[in-house]
Amino acid sequence: MGFGGKDLTLGNMKALILVGGYGTRLRPLTLSRPKPLVEFANKPIVLHQIEALVAAGVTQVVLAVSYHAEQMEQELAQEAQKLGIRITFSLEEEPLGTAGPIKLAQSILASNDEPFFVLNSDVICDFPFTQMVKFHKQHGREGTIVVTKVEEPSKYGVVIYDETGKIDRFVEKPQEFVSNKINAGMYIFNPSVLKRIECRPMSIEKEVFPYMAGDGQLYAQELHGFWMDIGQPKDFLTGMCLFLNSCKLNNSAKLYKGPGVVGNVLVDSSAKIGKNCRIGPNVTIGPDVVIEDGVCIKRCTILRGATIRSHTWLENCIIGWKCIVGQWVRMENVSVLGEDVIVKDELYVNGGMVLPHKSIGASVLEPKIIM
Amino acid sequence: MMLKAVILIGGPQKGTRFRPLSLDVPKPLFPVAGLPMVQHHIEACASVPDIREILLLGYFPAQQLQQFVADMIAAYKIRIRYLQEYQALGTAGGIYHFRDQISSGNPDAFFVLNGDVCGDFPLQEILNFHTSLSTPSLITIMGTEATRQQSTMYGCIVEDKETHQILHYVEKPSTFVSNLINCGVYICSPDIFKRVGEIFNSRQDFYSCEDSEGTESIQLEQDILMPIAGTGQAYVYTTDRWWSQIKTAGSAIYANRHYLQLYHKTKNERLAVNGPDKPTIIGDVYIHPTATVDPSALLGPNVSVGKNAVIGAGVRIRESIILGNTTIQEHSCVLYTVVGWNSTVGAWTRLEGTPCDPNPNKPFAKMDNVPLFNAEGKLNPSITILGCNVTVPSEVIVLNSIVLPYKDLPRSYKNEIIL
Repeated sequence: MGFGGKDLTLGNMKALILVGGYGTRLRPLTLSRPKPLVEFANKPIVLHQIEALVAAGVTQVVLAVSYHAEQMEQELAQEAQKLGIRITFSLEEEPLGTAGPIKLAQSILASNDEPFFVLNSDVICDFPFTQMVKFHKQHGREGTIVVTKVEEPSKYGVVIYDETGKIDRFVEKPQEFVSNKINAGMYIFNPSVLKRIECRPMSIEKEVFPYMAGDGQLYAQELHGFWMDIGQPKDFLTGMCLFLNSCKLNNSAKLYKGPGVVGNVLVDSSAKIGKNCRIGPNVTIGPDVVIEDGVCIKRCTILRGATIRSHTWLENCIIGWKCIVGQWVRMENVSVLGEDVIVKDELYVNGGMVLPHKSIGASVLEPKIIM
Repeated sequence: MMLKAVILIGGPQKGTRFRPLSLDVPKPLFPVAGLPMVQHHIEACASVPDIREILLLGYFPAQQLQQFVADMIAAYKIRIRYLQEYQALGTAGGIYHFRDQISSGNPDAFFVLNGDVCGDFPLQEILNFHTSLSTPSLITIMGTEATRQQSTMYGCIVEDKETHQILHYVEKPSTFVSNLINCGVYICSPDIFKRVGEIFNSRQDFYSCEDSEGTESIQLEQDILMPIAGTGQAYVYTTDRWWSQIKTAGSAIYANRHYLQLYHKTKNERLAVNGPDKPTIIGDVYIHPTATVDPSALLGPNVSVGKNAVIGAGVRIRESIILGNTTIQEHSCVLYTVVGWNSTVGAWTRLEGTPCDPNPNKPFAKMDNVPLFNAEGKLNPSITILGCNVTVPSEVIVLNSIVLPYKDLPRSYKNEIIL
């Protein structure tokens, strides 16, 4: 149990990102790469969060992990250097839930009097960190949690609060409508919150928040714009659509313009796109990807180094790193290819989850996992 | 020597298992490897020099066959006539009814071919065998070997291995009798009319008290072959050349592949070849001269493209029949499918069926004529068939489905019959 070096940048804000375990819900992608490094819209998931934190004044980020990942530590060390911040890893010897890791990182998080952020690692949105600091300092209490509106609140735990934002209580999976606001997995706390937390497996939602609310110390801040938990492939793709739409509204120069492009499409500058293709809407194409002639892609993420051969049609897929998808292939219905998968020519893949380094030689007619 | 050939083509009430492909055209005229199915029979007959006349026998309205018969006469420079039965007379009933037309000119023998079989018919060899027999044969059957299990779906022949005389004949027995089966191709001596007449007259007596309609329906297999077997007057000529029935629409793809393969022997010019500004061809492909195929398309193996069809850029077609006036738009992929006349398939669409080929690991296995539905009432996966004038939108998949004529499909379909 330890931290990747000494903290020399006291006096600024800190953040803890709850990474946790092996990211099994995002398999087969996470069999090749730790979930925080899986590229969402051509950027590792965790960098979306880290960059937004930095923009809000964070200078040190702690990643709470329950497994040791050399690759992640090396890659993020480079990113930290680029951003001029510290990134450290807090390794849990046993999974400590959503609250325990905060206590484990106490020495960093409580090294000054500034409030600190805590985030779930699967969340994608227009991160409201600057507003959080402002709102949190305004109400002056111990904690602020971001809430977001959902269509079907009965599937979640909802948050009940007054017009000032002061949280009254939480209701788990309400049978009758009481609120449509749920915990969005982003918090800011004063260091005093650490008194409420023990260094053991502990749930922040069940064992910390209700007591803070009971003491009148917890406030809710409403999120504007999109929000998605992208921890599984279906939601990853939905999140991508929302993200690209947000790009169009806020930063449309980032989106790709070119022949055959329909709607919001993100293409890395090193990717090659052939003739007579139709790309989009809602497609992300990663670095070094080759799209041959006559390909149609809708609502997909194509990761680094993949090749999509001629006349192929893809919808609702995640194509893993270095995959080769043959000619006249049809893939749809949340098919996910792990790293370095080959799909032979003229096949149909319907909802196939394919583990890394497989060669697919027969159609997958019904959703299933290909070991 | 003077010979004739009779091709039994049946009528509209027959070939229902071939629907929806037989809804728009009489089944015998359905194109396989670019030619109406029965033209392959005519071609085989026309290649036997002694055959002077071909008689098509069936009960389709004459005007449905008029143009075809005229075309065949022009193409093969041989006498061809369509003899229309006023009602379904049975395979032997029709032959007996038209015995004067068959016998006119005193042929030495005549072939009888069922219209719903396909194959590499060794007609000259059958003739040589038939005429070389020391004791005359009233009827010589073309036989072939089947698996023990599948043989009971056919007429089964027991032969004397030395003389090839037929010792016993039974149609679709419930238990195993012999794995030598009847191919529905015969050569008969004109004397057979005497035997058929006797049977016909005996049935006349038998049925005289009943409704008179059925009396003339005589089946060649049950009513003629069974009694003649064992009398020393029937022989079997066994072949191991390709042969199959064409019962279900699915068998059209199988027959298409084999007829294309046969073109290598005699009709090489019918097979498409690779070249500059031409589509890429893999294996055996027939493209009608009036069809337009984009040079970036990839066709084959075993594809037939009909009259005035338009195949767009980047289209892939394999193991399929594309009928006349059909358009397949760019980047689409067509596998194990029959696309009916005047149909339109959008871009990036996938039409895919499941082949029902004979088990390649079993010698002598034939195609199984699987029923449409399995025991659970689910559609058995089979080739995909679009009837005529069907429109399929862009970017959908039609998998293992049968689409009846004049449908505009709004979406993807899998394992469905679309009425």
